[in-house]
Amino acid sequence: MIPSIPQPRLIRTAYGAYIVLFFIYLALPLVVVAAFAFNDSQFPSLPWEGFTWNWFFGDERPMIGVFHERSILRAIGTSAFVGISVALLSVAVGTSNAFLFNRYQFRGRGFLYVLMLLPLVIPGIVLGISILVFSSTVANGLWDGVKYDAEILRPGLVLVILGQFSFITTIATLVISARLQKFDQTLEEAALNLGADRMTAVRTITLPYLMPAMVGAVVVAFLMSFENFNTTLMLVGSDAPLTIAMFDRLKEGSTPLLNAVSLLLMLGSSVLALVMIAFQRKG
Amino acid sequence: MRNQARLGFYLLLTPLLLWLGLLIIIPHIDMALLSLRERVGVGRYASSLANYGTFFGEPLYMWTFARTAMMSVLATVITLIIAFPVSYYIAKMAKGRTQSALFLLCLVPFWVSELVRTFGWMILLRETGLFSSLLQWAGLADGPVEMLYNDAAMMVGLVYTSMLFMVVPLVTTLESLDDAVIEAGYDLGGSGFSVLREIVIPHAMPGIVSGSIVVFMLSLGNYLTPTMLGGKDSLWFTELIYSQFIVRFNWELGAAFGFMLLFLSSVIVWGTLRLTGQTLEKTMG
Amino acid sequence: MATDLDCNTLTKRFGDTTAVRDVSFSVEQGSFFSILGPSGCGKTTIMRMIAGFLEPTGGDIRIKGKSMLNVPPNKRPVNMVFQHLALFPMMNIAENIGYGLRRAGLPKPEITRRVGEVLERVNLPGIENRKVDELSGGQKQRVAIARCMVLEPDVLLLDEPLGALDLKLREHMKIELKALQATFDTTFVYITHDQSEALVMSDQIAVMNGGVFEQVGTARDLYYRPDTAFVAGFVGDSNRWRGKVEQADGDRIALRTAEGLLINSATQGRDLRPGEEAEIFLRPEAIRVAHDSADLAQFDNRISGEVSSLLFNGAASRILVRDEIGEEIEVTLPQSGEFANLAKGAPVHIGWGGDQTTCFASRG
Repeated sequence: MIPSIPQPRLIRTAYGAYIVLFFIYLALPLVVVAAFAFNDSQFPSLPWEGFTWNWFFGDERPMIGVFHERSILRAIGTSAFVGISVALLSVAVGTSNAFLFNRYQFRGRGFLYVLMLLPLVIPGIVLGISILVFSSTVANGLWDGVKYDAEILRPGLVLVILGQFSFITTIATLVISARLQKFDQTLEEAALNLGADRMTAVRTITLPYLMPAMVGAVVVAFLMSFENFNTTLMLVGSDAPLTIAMFDRLKEGSTPLLNAVSLLLMLGSSVLALVMIAFQRKG
Repeated sequence: MRNQARLGFYLLLTPLLLWLGLLIIIPHIDMALLSLRERVGVGRYASSLANYGTFFGEPLYMWTFARTAMMSVLATVITLIIAFPVSYYIAKMAKGRTQSALFLLCLVPFWVSELVRTFGWMILLRETGLFSSLLQWAGLADGPVEMLYNDAAMMVGLVYTSMLFMVVPLVTTLESLDDAVIEAGYDLGGSGFSVLREIVIPHAMPGIVSGSIVVFMLSLGNYLTPTMLGGKDSLWFTELIYSQFIVRFNWELGAAFGFMLLFLSSVIVWGTLRLTGQTLEKTMG
Repeated sequence: MATDLDCNTLTKRFGDTTAVRDVSFSVEQGSFFSILGPSGCGKTTIMRMIAGFLEPTGGDIRIKGKSMLNVPPNKRPVNMVFQHLALFPMMNIAENIGYGLRRAGLPKPEITRRVGEVLERVNLPGIENRKVDELSGGQKQRVAIARCMVLEPDVLLLDEPLGALDLKLREHMKIELKALQATFDTTFVYITHDQSEALVMSDQIAVMNGGVFEQVGTARDLYYRPDTAFVAGFVGDSNRWRGKVEQADGDRIALRTAEGLLINSATQGRDLRPGEEAEIFLRPEAIRVAHDSADLAQFDNRISGEVSSLLFNGAASRILVRDEIGEEIEVTLPQSGEFANLAKGAPVHIGWGGDQTTCFASRG
């Protein structure tokens, strides 16, 4: 069934209706979350009590808005810090991996490639606990051996960053590899021929070509880190990133404050996604 | 020149090995060792299979394990059935701007956190939620209707959360199917059904497999959706792992549970790949 | 003689543009019919309407007398060889060829037998279990034809199937396609933009341009007696001049080109008056070359000039001759070898009879 194959009107209409329903299903939860951010009520549910900006800008109880809620703002800051660290780390390692797998033929390459893909098929929570277990083993070993308390290896932001990095790197590698594969290597040869040395050729020709993919990978990595839950849950210490902070609040019962935060998240990710698309168009 | 190339090779190889070694391989080995350890006294441990014995000996653990696996398979199948017609529509029926707009619309919900998506379903489904209010308003229900905290609600959430990871690979593979091949099927006398069965689905197989694997993995390893949307009876295996690690502080047993989850996912992924003749490199890379 | 395919005032509009306008033609049973035209002329649209992938805006398509409007593509007694063949990559050769037979609900042994037979007829016996991508370009071509012919269609449509092949193979496949058509004795409708494909294979050719048929006829008709300036220019190579008619005398005219050259031509019954704009076409092989102008006395058009360029191409070698007023004329060299030593810049004389040219009133 493609447009050039005539179909009975009934089937076409039913198919169209199904597609419409599907997109309603996709949009519904998000629309609802966004709408209730403006409800002048203590609960994100009907009845509709009127429109208010208080869940964003309110500064007195019981309606303290996002921009005056210290703990939420701090959680956003923590998430941003973790996200940026993970994005930069994973894209750096991902780029290096992409060059390794694209440019070198070596023994064990196929094996390493499969190994590189594995983090995608390991459940996030298992990644989290394995890193938790290993870091504790090392920290305990250090304490028993040299009486050094390696605070850095206890649950906290460093472990959260490492945990997210461990699987986001695979995705960064795949995104960058995909573009590097399409790169015409004779361009680099032409640069060498015109007097560049190897590093200069890569820096002036290959990296600019890879830029759209690298920017894309940074954005994707940042967003994945920002919304990661499973791995983070196992590794988090006292500084909770936003998803964990919201999860804790949600367990205690929700207020439209969470809707307001969610709406800001949606806007933020949409802007980032648009920036990435615009950048890729240009590239 | 030769030496320089070797140096470059090792410079690129080092980060890969550090990453895979320190964050993937060694932690998993360490976790395996931990799961094979039994506390026999204060600060004294012996290696044994006791943790796995506990797992197989306790019906609740086994039941939760099996249930999680079955429900994940079910979620995968439902996601596939819902996503396939939509992906086909985007890849083959829609053209030009409509096509990219629809595809982008599919991606949008997944740029926001899973937590927000789950929260949305809670607002819709709970006793004081939108659906309940609508039903009462329409006179179809007398009092508040609780649609949250059961398996169906959890399934809705799981399917919703995984949708993107099915739609993207399906659209990609279906798009690569030349329209002329479908036309040839009709031209040679095929009906819509036979074209679908003999041409479209076989062509989409790599996409179906990779989508299914990812959706299955995500469902199996999901913690948020079962916790928030599922009921008291719909315990998820990840919740057991979490409680052993964080609540009971029984890391040995938790590690054993983690290994069972890893084992289960590996077996199913491997089995799916074998059954359909695909490879991990082809479906994931 | 009975016809297999009749199209009657077939029209297709896409929004404001008319891709096919009032096209009517009939194809005789067992003949090889080609539609020749530049890309975008509407030939693919006609083919897709016959196959059932596009609905005509107006007119009728009849196969063996039965109207095909409202018959879905999978129920039409026509099959199509697609431009890029559209062999099913997920099936082997036997499954590909057996696809249509399975749809018709034939029993398995019967399918196996007929697949074997048709492979034999296209000279590819025993390749049933091969994969599609293990075949060469020419073999794929024959499998695509076999996949259609096994269903014994009334009409086989071919949509530029040779386009993807390299030159040598294309030349070979032209002959082979013609031979296959003869063995199967089925009506072939072939569309192409490559005139040599159409000229070599077809019984009848329709030249199409801008959504209409300019001329329908045999290869010889099109080549020697083009009806329109478009056909004269599109089929074969020509020297082409545009100018004003200076003299009209019965069935002969004299035309002055913009550069000032005077050309005598027969009108072939076309009504051209002094002062009218007209175009004249002259085939390079219709021009005689001579060292001495006296050898050309019998021609009413004679020009002296020098060789400005040698275009060596074996038997089809040509020269460009520049006359006194600077115009260049393409001339085929005789194969006798008499002019084999001609050098660039050498003085030559050329001439041709006025009945060798074709002239048309300029359009627009």
